[in-house]
Amino acid sequence: MMKYFVNGFCRINNRKVTVNDILIYEDHQSSFYDFLLKIYPLGEIYPKYYKMDNLSKAGVIASELLLQNENPNQKYKPEDIAVVLSNHSSSLDTDLRYQKSTEKIPSPALFVYTLPNIVIGEICIRNKFKGENAFFIHEAFNPEYMVKYVDLLLQNNQTEACLSGWVEVLGENHDVFLYLVEKKKSDYSFNHSMEDLLKKYNNY
Amino acid sequence: MEQLMQTLKVQIIEALNLRHLKPEDIKDDEPLFVEGVGLDSIDALELIVLLQQHYGVKVEDPSQGPQIFRSVKSMAEYIENNKKPQSA
Repeated sequence: MMKYFVNGFCRINNRKVTVNDILIYEDHQSSFYDFLLKIYPLGEIYPKYYKMDNLSKAGVIASELLLQNENPNQKYKPEDIAVVLSNHSSSLDTDLRYQKSTEKIPSPALFVYTLPNIVIGEICIRNKFKGENAFFIHEAFNPEYMVKYVDLLLQNNQTEACLSGWVEVLGENHDVFLYLVEKKKSDYSFNHSMEDLLKKYNNY
Repeated sequence: MEQLMQTLKVQIIEALNLRHLKPEDIKDDEPLFVEGVGLDSIDALELIVLLQQHYGVKVEDPSQGPQIFRSVKSMAEYIENNKKPQSA
């Protein structure tokens, strides 16, 4: 059985941002909406970010911070880079806002975010990824399932790199853990295994 | 007309979540789509909702869209020409 490696991660929870074990931002005063706007300048300027819902903002900013030093699109073909994400609340955060907007006139800008996999689309558009993608709904972060699924993609030689993880947003609650899986080690690496992922997830 | 354009700029920023812009960043006659402010097709739908919600003005003929939403100035002119008279 081939072994694969996590070559970087970004964790956002409890109004803290950690990239590869280094705490890079902390702000316990702001609302989650304002927090997402404040951490944006840590990444590269991307005006479309402002128009996204909170779930997409959280996924996009985590991917920006994770990939800012070394983006897989510099090494692999766009078709060989996959994105596989998961969460608990699907797009409920925006579904509820959209439902409220229907009391007056339904908002098209909210409607387009009423699916959880839109965050994958936003990440792929931003980074020009064109590989496999999937979004799973789980009760909680499920590294066993995610490792099996991503390993299968890498084994089939359909995929050279996979951005994977957990992007949960509902109201003020947020819990993001995004990581990059590749076949070879990099300067920062740990095993793509259930145990190692769970350890990182729980540590931050 | 001047006041209406100022109000429209604030409403556009609010409705389209353009938090990176200030009203003074949007020029009266600057193109709103593609170049200029860089809005997209979903934003166009949101602008139709904005006209209806705030001014009671409907866009009856979709082919007029590009002309109506070309700039803040063209939107203001459309509102002025199409808003219903205040009842006495």
